[in-house]
Amino acid sequence: MKQDAAKSLRVFAAELAIYAVLVTGYFFLVLNLLGNWLYQLETQHRILYAVVAILLIAGQAVFLDAVTTVLFRLLRRRWR
Amino acid sequence: MFFPISHSHIDPFYLVVVGFVIGILGGFFGVGGSFIAGPALRLMGVDWNYAVGTDLAHIVGKSIVAARKHRTLGNVDLKLGMIMALGTIGGAEAGAQLIQALKRAGNVNTVVSWVAIVVYVSISVFMLWESHKTLTLQKGGSRRTVSGATAAASKADHSAFGPVTKKIQQMKIWPVINLPTSGIQISLWTILAVAVVGGFFSGFLGGGAGYIRMPSMVYVLGVPTHLAVGTDLFEIIISASYGTFTHAIKGNVDILIALVMHTGAVIGAQIGVFATQYFAGPKIRLAFVPLPLIGAAIVVYTLVTGHKL
Repeated sequence: MKQDAAKSLRVFAAELAIYAVLVTGYFFLVLNLLGNWLYQLETQHRILYAVVAILLIAGQAVFLDAVTTVLFRLLRRRWR
Repeated sequence: MFFPISHSHIDPFYLVVVGFVIGILGGFFGVGGSFIAGPALRLMGVDWNYAVGTDLAHIVGKSIVAARKHRTLGNVDLKLGMIMALGTIGGAEAGAQLIQALKRAGNVNTVVSWVAIVVYVSISVFMLWESHKTLTLQKGGSRRTVSGATAAASKADHSAFGPVTKKIQQMKIWPVINLPTSGIQISLWTILAVAVVGGFFSGFLGGGAGYIRMPSMVYVLGVPTHLAVGTDLFEIIISASYGTFTHAIKGNVDILIALVMHTGAVIGAQIGVFATQYFAGPKIRLAFVPLPLIGAAIVVYTLVTGHKL
């Protein structure tokens, strides 16, 4: 039981480390690529901006959820 | 890092940590966490209107992740969530209208502050009494898992308020809705009433009002706690999306801040959902008690100091 808990914690720590690297890269990619475009959209086309904002946050949720699920599965298999 | 939409400089790692904390709370309790996110953004100098709108956008993303995870655990009643979303949107509009009327009367801050304090403290006191009494009756033994039972029955938990909930469920005012996932049959009007009240406080006090809706689903509708948490998150996706859209049109959403906060919330929400598996319903309800009190403390602070966090 304790071994299982220790293994889960190790997998989770590894997942967090990989996730942190991916997210840092993602920050620069998304903020640099989309920052200006979103700013222009927000000032000039509010309705389109509102739609894009919801699509972006929902899309990111599904994408990051998939990334963390795959990461966790891969790492658990590797440590088994 | 500079966020051009709200013209603010914020450390992205601060946003990730805030998102992470709110994610844990959201995954475990089924709340949006606006009572933390709003003040946390204000502390970084984000204008109040952007703090409210951006928080809603971030709640949409976090709730999608947490609701998906809860769904894999069988904790989401889609039918109930859809019905509640309709009532919540209607109630939120009514709450927002009342705010406008109070603004015209010139005493909005005082009224909203006192209502918030009374509501938050009442919820905490009631949940503390109920969960403590239920746990005492159970003598610490969890009765959650019943082998061979249906999903709803296996998640059924006991409540000292159960007899009152039963009476509410027995009011068979047409149309009566069958909710097999939650294991209850209840009048549509009761569901809508709970949703409208939750939505009303969401529009009146701000945020997603999960601190009102989640307990209402347990005590009024009789939904098992784990299902109430998952279904509330599903319902929040719809109502917060609506709120995000209306706030974005008014120029109150900095989606870049929400996207950064959400990267932390993804991990936090998964931890929160995972943790619910190890706690029985009454223990989740007991752990919920400090949340509305934190909300009340923030309101008291704003009343005493005059600072709006």
